[in-house]
Amino acid sequence: MLVSPEPFIRLRGVSKTYRLGKKAHLAVSDATFDVMPGELVSLVGPSGCGKSTLLKILAGLHPHDGGELKMGSATHSFDPARDVGMVFQAPLLLKWRRILENVLLPAEILGLDMKEAEGRARELLKLVGLAGYEEKYPYELSGGMQQRAAIARSLVHDPKLVLMDEPFGALDALTREKMNLELLRIWKEAGKTIVFVTHGISEAVFLGSRVVVLTAGPARMADNFEIDLPHPRTLDIKTHEHFGEYTRRIYKLLGME
Amino acid sequence: MTDARRETTRRIVLAILAHLALLLAWYLFVALGNVPKFVMPSPVDTLNALLQPNYSWWTNISVTATEIFGGYFLALVVGVALALLFSWSKALEAFFMPLLVSLNMIPKVALGPLIIVWFKYGVFPNTLMAFSICVFPILLTTARGLREVEPELLDLVNALKGSRWQLFTKIQLPGALPYIFSGMKVAAILAVAGAIVGEFLGSDKGLGYLMLQVQVTLDTPAMFMAVILITLLGMLLYGMVLGLEKLLVVKDARVS
Repeated sequence: MLVSPEPFIRLRGVSKTYRLGKKAHLAVSDATFDVMPGELVSLVGPSGCGKSTLLKILAGLHPHDGGELKMGSATHSFDPARDVGMVFQAPLLLKWRRILENVLLPAEILGLDMKEAEGRARELLKLVGLAGYEEKYPYELSGGMQQRAAIARSLVHDPKLVLMDEPFGALDALTREKMNLELLRIWKEAGKTIVFVTHGISEAVFLGSRVVVLTAGPARMADNFEIDLPHPRTLDIKTHEHFGEYTRRIYKLLGME
Repeated sequence: MTDARRETTRRIVLAILAHLALLLAWYLFVALGNVPKFVMPSPVDTLNALLQPNYSWWTNISVTATEIFGGYFLALVVGVALALLFSWSKALEAFFMPLLVSLNMIPKVALGPLIIVWFKYGVFPNTLMAFSICVFPILLTTARGLREVEPELLDLVNALKGSRWQLFTKIQLPGALPYIFSGMKVAAILAVAGAIVGEFLGSDKGLGYLMLQVQVTLDTPAMFMAVILITLLGMLLYGMVLGLEKLLVVKDARVS
């Protein structure tokens, strides 16, 4: 029973202009791509290419002002409040809450059944490798561990879509590699659709089942292609000849070759 | 005992020793230097001053304590309430905040004679004096704390379609708590000064009033005792604030 699946997110010529006084700043122009259910899509591009803006549009934080954006499909419904999880570059954990309470924040805001949510939160903390840290305060955890807690928080209300804005950008290179592997494992186990914003080209290729390339000034979409590398991926895949081809392709698009 | 515990104990012992050393130095200075009692009384003379029944220590202590704690508490309520009001209305904040910053520049002590003209002398005007000196640091730090919300945290709440009230109770207010306490600590020290200055300017009761009375008769031991009691009242207030902070604010979130 092979049904050709409908995209979970569909963007057609989506654009966004910020107005600062009389100056208009085109932050996103003509973004056209699909995100399939369960896909991990990397949005890659230099700083100021509008990738964070695009993410905020997907999160429903900013309205887009041109083009067409469709969230959800007939088979995969989408609730704009309940179905978005967010992870940022900084963990943004609340200093005065224990890790478990931090993970529970979205459930509280949505008014979910807290008993059920607590069970889920504990499961998720296990999933991200933080079992035993439930009662710790954020300052007792390293940066990487705090970011894991932030990932657990983004999943606690069981959203269909998780938006990540350079979540590993502030981590050291080694921790970052480790977190990349962890993310792939979490993605597989949690079965979420993920849109992952990064300016790390190799990170984008390593994680993505699809990569959308954005260029700066003027902000526009430069490319959108599938990454045909086998799963589960390990760090060995970075020596795969296709891996090099993909990264080279992106470097070229960003004018670095 | 863990290392951290041992370190804490060591610090407490050293702190007590430092205070005892000061007492001893004071005692030796007076005893060996043959200093006249009216210039500097010995610790024993100072303690003896408490036995003077006509100084009605207890009444004076309770009057000064009422002024300090009353003014402080009033400032806490008014300061935090105004800051909350400003955090809910941008227009209100934009209008009043610059004004309050200017008013904060008034040396509150200079208001003393005016307060006496308006409210006569007594406990209430002195409470008002303590209040006027305490309210600004509390208001300004609380307002700042309420403003310091990371924009991405705002995104997080908004993406979940959280309400303004949820943002306020779950993020803004607990986030501002360390700031409120930093203002409260500054104010705790100021409150004592406010009440005493008020008593100096005009009053018929209180430790500051007593100091002026015994100054006339050159009863220096009583003056010493009054200063010590005022200091103890300040320490009590400060200690209560510290204790409350320890109870309510997570270690890492404290603003020193």
